[in-house]
Amino acid sequence: MRDDLYIAWRYILFNRARSLVLVACITLVAFLPLSLSLLLNEVERSLRTRAVDTPLLVGARGSALDLAMSSLYFDDQQPKTVSMALLEELEQDRRVMSVPLYVRFKARGFPVVGTTLDYMDLRGLSVRHGRLPALLGECVLGAEAAAKLGMGPGDHLVTTPENLFDLAGIYPLRMQVVGVLHPSHTADDRAVFTDLKTAWVIQGLGHGHQDLAQTEDPSVILDKRDSNVTANAKLVQYNEINADNMGSFHFHGKPDDYPLSAVILYPEDEKSATLLRGRYLDSERYQVLIPPEVIEGLLDNIFRIKRVLDTVVLIVGLATLLAVILVFALSIRLRQREMETIFKLGCGRLTMVRLLGAEIAIVALASLALGCLLALATSRFGDDLVRMLVA
Amino acid sequence: MPGLSVPAMLKIRSLEFAYSDGGFRLRIPELDMAPGERVAVIGPSGSGKTTLLNLISGIVVPDRGSVQVGGEMVNQLNDRARRSFRLRHIGFVFQDFELLDYLSVLDNILHPYRIGAALKLDRSVRDRARTLAEKLGVADKLSRHPGHLSQGERQRVAICRALLPARRLILADEATGNLDPENKLRILDLLFKSVEACGAPLLAVTHDHELLGQFDRVVDFRQFFEERPR
Repeated sequence: MRDDLYIAWRYILFNRARSLVLVACITLVAFLPLSLSLLLNEVERSLRTRAVDTPLLVGARGSALDLAMSSLYFDDQQPKTVSMALLEELEQDRRVMSVPLYVRFKARGFPVVGTTLDYMDLRGLSVRHGRLPALLGECVLGAEAAAKLGMGPGDHLVTTPENLFDLAGIYPLRMQVVGVLHPSHTADDRAVFTDLKTAWVIQGLGHGHQDLAQTEDPSVILDKRDSNVTANAKLVQYNEINADNMGSFHFHGKPDDYPLSAVILYPEDEKSATLLRGRYLDSERYQVLIPPEVIEGLLDNIFRIKRVLDTVVLIVGLATLLAVILVFALSIRLRQREMETIFKLGCGRLTMVRLLGAEIAIVALASLALGCLLALATSRFGDDLVRMLVA
Repeated sequence: MPGLSVPAMLKIRSLEFAYSDGGFRLRIPELDMAPGERVAVIGPSGSGKTTLLNLISGIVVPDRGSVQVGGEMVNQLNDRARRSFRLRHIGFVFQDFELLDYLSVLDNILHPYRIGAALKLDRSVRDRARTLAEKLGVADKLSRHPGHLSQGERQRVAICRALLPARRLILADEATGNLDPENKLRILDLLFKSVEACGAPLLAVTHDHELLGQFDRVVDFRQFFEERPR
C-alpha cells in the first residue's frame, strides 16, 4: 500500500497542474455548500441576536426593513427621519425607556452613530481604553473600527463630507477620539459613537465661529444694526470642537425639529409594549416595529434564496463529479501503455486499480484537508465575515 | 538442445499456440537455452516472435507443449503464480523502453519492486540499483526523469530495471530498434556484459541483421510459424 501511495504521489506531483485543478474543483464543490451553510447560520445568529436585543423600534413610515437595517446594523440605507418631538413624546411614558439614534454620517467608511449613553448600557457596551464621550465633539470607537483605523484615545477622526462639490453642504468635523469599546461581535464594533448634538453639528445644525463682538477685523462684518451683527464669508468657522472654542458652538432652529433616524424602545413589560404599538398603529408619520419579526421575514427570504442556491450547487456538484470521473477515465486511457508495461513486468490489473485508487485517495484527502481548513477559517472568522457582508 | 553441457535455463518442448481468430499458428518442437547464452530470434513481422516472448514469460498460455524456465513449468502455473514468477525471474527490455515519465530514473529501476508483493524493496536492493546504474553509466541521472534522457540513456535505464532482480531469463523485444547505429552496438554490448554478469540467458528478438554476429546463436522463426487462412 505504501508503494502504491508513493507511485500515486509521484504521478500527482509530476502532473501537478492537473492535480491542483482537480483538488481545487473537488474542494470548492464540497466546501461551497458547507461554507454557505456556515455563513448563513452565522448571518441568522447575528441578525436574530441583534433583533431580539431590540424589543421595539419607532421610526418614520416607510420601509420597515430599511429602518431596521439602518438602526440595528447601521447599513447604508437612510430611512426618512423623525424629529426630536417624537422622542419627547415617547419620554412622557414612564414605562418605556427610549434611546434615540441618528445614523447618517460616516467617518473614513465607518458609520457615525449619534445616540445617548443609555445605548451603551442597554447594548452592554463597555470601554476598553479611555472613556465614553462627555463633551461636544468627542467620540468613542467600536473595537473593529479602532483596529482598522489604527486609532485610540487622543487621536482625531474626521467625518466624511457627503458631497465634495456642495459648498453649502456638510463640512467635515474633526472629532476627538476619547475611547475604544470592547469587542461585542455585533455591528457596534464597526461604528463610531458620538452624542446626538455632535451628530447635529456634523450636519450643520449647530456650529461654532469667531466671536463677532470680539473681533478686531472690521472686514468680517457685513452689517451691524443695534444688537444684530451680520458677518460675511470671511468669518472663521470652526471644524473642530476644543476647550477654546467650545463656548462659541450653538444651535439654530427649534430643538423639537432636530432629526433622528429612529428611537429604540425598551418597554417595561408586554402590556406597555402593546399599548405603545397601539398608540402608533394608525399614525401616518410613524411606525413601530418589532425587529425580530422584520428580521424573521428577511431570513425567510434569505433561506428561500439558499434553497435555490443549494439546488444550483447540487447541479454544479454533479457536473464536477462527472468531470472528475471523466478526468480519471481519460487518465486510465492515457495510462493504457503503463498498464500494459506493468502487466508485462508481472502485475495483474488489480495493481493498476490499486494505483488509481491511491491517486484518487490522495486527491480526495487533499481536497478534504483543504475543505476542512477553509471550513475552519469560515467558522473562525464567520462572524467578522458576516458583519462585513451585512455592513 | 544437443551439445548443451549444462542444464538448460529455458526448455521448450512441442509448443503449439494459435490465436483465437485462427489466422496464425506457432509450432516449436524444441528450443533450449543454456545459462548465459545469447540467442537472437529473427523472422518476418507477424511471424510470432513477440508471441514467443509472451509464451515464455507466461503472458499467454500455449495450447500444447511446455515452457520451462529455470526448472519451473511456466505453463502449468496458475495466472497469479505466472505473474509472480514473471516479476521475480524474467527480465524484459522493450523497444520503446516503457519507462514511466513521472518516476525518476532510480524509481523506474526500482519499479518492479514497488508494484508487486513478490519482490521486497530494501536498502540492499537500492544499493544494488545504484551499483548497476553506475555500471551502465546512468548513475549521475538517477534523480532525473526519463523525459530528460537521450534514447540510449533510456534504454540503459530499462536494462537496469530488467536486470535488478535476480533473473533466470532476460527477454529483449527489439531492444535496439529505436537506437542509432552507434548506440545499438553500445547498448547491445552493455546488455551482453550485464547478462554475462548475472548468468541468465538472453533471448532477443531483432530485425537488425547486422547485429546477428554478436549473438551465440540465431533462431530463424520462419521454420516455426504457419499462416492459416482465416
